Amino acid sequence: MSANETYISKRLFQRHLDSVGRARLPEWWLDTQRAAWDAHLGLPHPGPTDETWRFTDTEAIRLSGFEPFPTADLLGALPAGQLRAPAPVKPPPGVVYCTLNEAIAKHADLFRAYFRARPAALGGEKFAELNAAFAACGAFLYVPDGVELTTPLFARHVLNGHNIAAFPHTLVILGKNASATLVEVFDTEYGDRLLASGVSDLHAASGARLTYIGIQNWGRQATAFHSNATSVAQDANVTTLNLHLGARYARHESHTRLDAPGGRAEILALTHADANRRLDQRTLQTHSAPDTYSNLLYKNALRDTSKTVFSGLINVEPDAQRTDAYQSNRNLLLSPDAEANSLPGLEIQANDVRCTHGATTGGIDPEQAYYMAARGIPPETANALLVEGFFEEVLGKIPERPRAPVEATLRAALARGGR
Amino acid sequence: MPDTNASTHGQAAVIGLDQSAGDFTYDVKYDYDAGKGLSENTIRYISAVKKEAPWLLDFRLAALKIFLSKPMPTHWATRDLDTLDFSKIRYYLAQGQKPKRTWDEVPDDIKKTFERLGVPEQERKFLAGVEAQFDSEAAYSNVKELVAKQGVIFMNSTEALAKHPDIFRKFFGKVIPSADNKFAALNSAVFSGGSFIYVPPGVKVAQPLQAYFRINAENFGQFERTLIIADEGAELTYMEGCTAPKFSTSTLHSAVVELVALKDAKIQYITVQNWAPNVFNLVTKRGVAHGNAEIKWIDCNIGSRLTMKYPGVVLKGRRARGEVVSIALANDGQHQDTGAKMIHLADDTTSTIVSKSISIGAGRASYRGHVHVAKGLKNCKNNTECDALLINTNSRTDTYPAITVRGDANRTQHEASVSKVSAEQIFYMQQRGLTEAQAMSLSVNGFVNDLVNRFPMEYSVELKRLIDLEMEGSVG
Repeated sequence: MSANETYISKRLFQRHLDSVGRARLPEWWLDTQRAAWDAHLGLPHPGPTDETWRFTDTEAIRLSGFEPFPTADLLGALPAGQLRAPAPVKPPPGVVYCTLNEAIAKHADLFRAYFRARPAALGGEKFAELNAAFAACGAFLYVPDGVELTTPLFARHVLNGHNIAAFPHTLVILGKNASATLVEVFDTEYGDRLLASGVSDLHAASGARLTYIGIQNWGRQATAFHSNATSVAQDANVTTLNLHLGARYARHESHTRLDAPGGRAEILALTHADANRRLDQRTLQTHSAPDTYSNLLYKNALRDTSKTVFSGLINVEPDAQRTDAYQSNRNLLLSPDAEANSLPGLEIQANDVRCTHGATTGGIDPEQAYYMAARGIPPETANALLVEGFFEEVLGKIPERPRAPVEATLRAALARGGR
Repeated sequence: MPDTNASTHGQAAVIGLDQSAGDFTYDVKYDYDAGKGLSENTIRYISAVKKEAPWLLDFRLAALKIFLSKPMPTHWATRDLDTLDFSKIRYYLAQGQKPKRTWDEVPDDIKKTFERLGVPEQERKFLAGVEAQFDSEAAYSNVKELVAKQGVIFMNSTEALAKHPDIFRKFFGKVIPSADNKFAALNSAVFSGGSFIYVPPGVKVAQPLQAYFRINAENFGQFERTLIIADEGAELTYMEGCTAPKFSTSTLHSAVVELVALKDAKIQYITVQNWAPNVFNLVTKRGVAHGNAEIKWIDCNIGSRLTMKYPGVVLKGRRARGEVVSIALANDGQHQDTGAKMIHLADDTTSTIVSKSISIGAGRASYRGHVHVAKGLKNCKNNTECDALLINTNSRTDTYPAITVRGDANRTQHEASVSKVSAEQIFYMQQRGLTEAQAMSLSVNGFVNDLVNRFPMEYSVELKRLIDLEMEGSVG
């Protein structure tokens, strides 16, 4: 489809700008949003010959009739139990942890230095521009050089209603040798037809350590796009885990850049797809410096008539010698009608590297099913146990502290669907 | 073998498929020449010269329309394709219409060409039949009496169209329709030459059938069309080796090869591609395997500037099996974009893809694969392994597989690795007196050894020598 197409009317964009003005946000921010709106209009809706949308029915995600509406953002410390209300938190001096609008108003220099500085561009640019045009919610975390946050932080973005669209934008900036953990949940309590186009960009300066967990749990009728870019500087160590539990159609793009020697990234994702849901994951691991490491592991469990697409690429640039890069996509099919598409790609332009990728797709191992049956475990319970076991490999890579509540959320989603 | 070759490459003289051995051209007088460029008139001309039936002319003209309407596939393929200028290519050129029957009838200058290529007369003793394509038409064919006695039809496709129109038409264009892709459409419009083989039910052809292809005119695209049918329970091995002279401007080679393995049949198709480094080699190869049939593609790509070739098997009947074994060697200025397709359309079908590539200097080797398990099937299995070896710091390799599986009763597995030659291995060999280049060559040969050994003997020997040759000058 041609450019100038949008999913939200110009009138509603004008209304959004008015609200930004009323919130007394600075003029540069209005300019930024106007530029993004123009860029959004200038990009075409993805079509059937776009390689970055291969295996996706792009006509089925043609959208209209949404009204922008920001998420309710609940920010605090990670609670011990359910991932609902955040626990109170008092960050150490220098640390900034606030909503997006507060960051724009109070920390403009910092915000502007990093906002969309190095975005992902894996095909969803039209939706990322839409996010920038309407962004009015999300979280902002800045941890200065040398500060180590021991308390994991938590942000919950809630979107409830009908025919509304939200554009959460999260920006995480870790200074040199800083460390932090952030768990974000994108949630719907009630509502049916929703649109979400989110962005979470992560910047880890040299020596920084970051654990980021994003849990997409939008309502089951939602159409959701999400763009994630992770920059890993020298000797920095970043672990990202994205859980895909909600939405009717969800697309998640993730670009991890290893820019300087010693950078390490663990890139993880778990998907539970049931009913007629569509999950679309596109990843890129760019190694542009020598002696970097990245390890991607995406696991999808598919029930009913669900369909997933995993399209990944490891790009080792010339001179990025001694790169260690791995990419693995495992699909567990749990019904005769589920469909998994896997496109694990490599583009290697340096010779002294260790790169492997793998993709496997299959049902439950009959031997494991037999083992369970022989011990009197009913098929449904056995099935659930085996799916949990399937996910355990990924969860095991997450530090103890954020893991328990994340696991609980995942278990609740597994219990909700499919059985 | 002539001494002139030995002066350029030490071992070239003994290598039948050595690229430099094809690095010459004779001034052959072409009896039929459709000129440069492509239009309806070109096609009417080709069809008229070949005295074709009206249905075939219609088929060609329809294909031309498809070719013209399809865009270049550069949304996924290399931009290098854009350098092709279709208006500067000769689409048809023939020495004569009737293939020569015996070696004696072959003109002397053509004989010289084949001698230089290393298609020696004595080799015919070992081969069941030789169908050597010289430019558009087969220059000679010599099916051994034994094979003919078994009822096997082995001739060039033009001849087959005239002599066996019913069987030809029944299978022609069914595995690869004209609209399959832009270059299949081009081939369907202008094809000439290529082999036609029909093996009757239950006949097992003991010796491999073999054909050599040659391009011998500048800017001349070769568009052979091969159709092989193995009837129920029949078995056949077909070997295809390519070599072309070097030219200053690019040459286009766009073949279509269709295989049909009926119930319980087995077809093995072996290719060694060693075109000159200015050739665009854009080939569509696919086979249909019916119940319990087996199709195996053994594909080795060493030459050409750009090769795009993804041999495929459509597994149409229960318990059908498909296999692709692929070796690619990409040197400076070369892009080997090769791979495989496996389309599972029936229960209990299995497929295997093994691909190994070596990138030398600024060479680029890409694996592109497609594995598809259709809806509602069970017990389908695919196993894919791709290994890439990078020799120099500026070498490049890519892997682009696409795997679609529906249903929990099927299983696919894809694994790929990229590595360089182990420094420890090289050190070990150097300690024992090998030069670095020799050690490198040995190591690379070791990397592909298990695949090379699956080629027939004469090919595997040539391949190993060819790898040595390509490795020359890549170290130090």
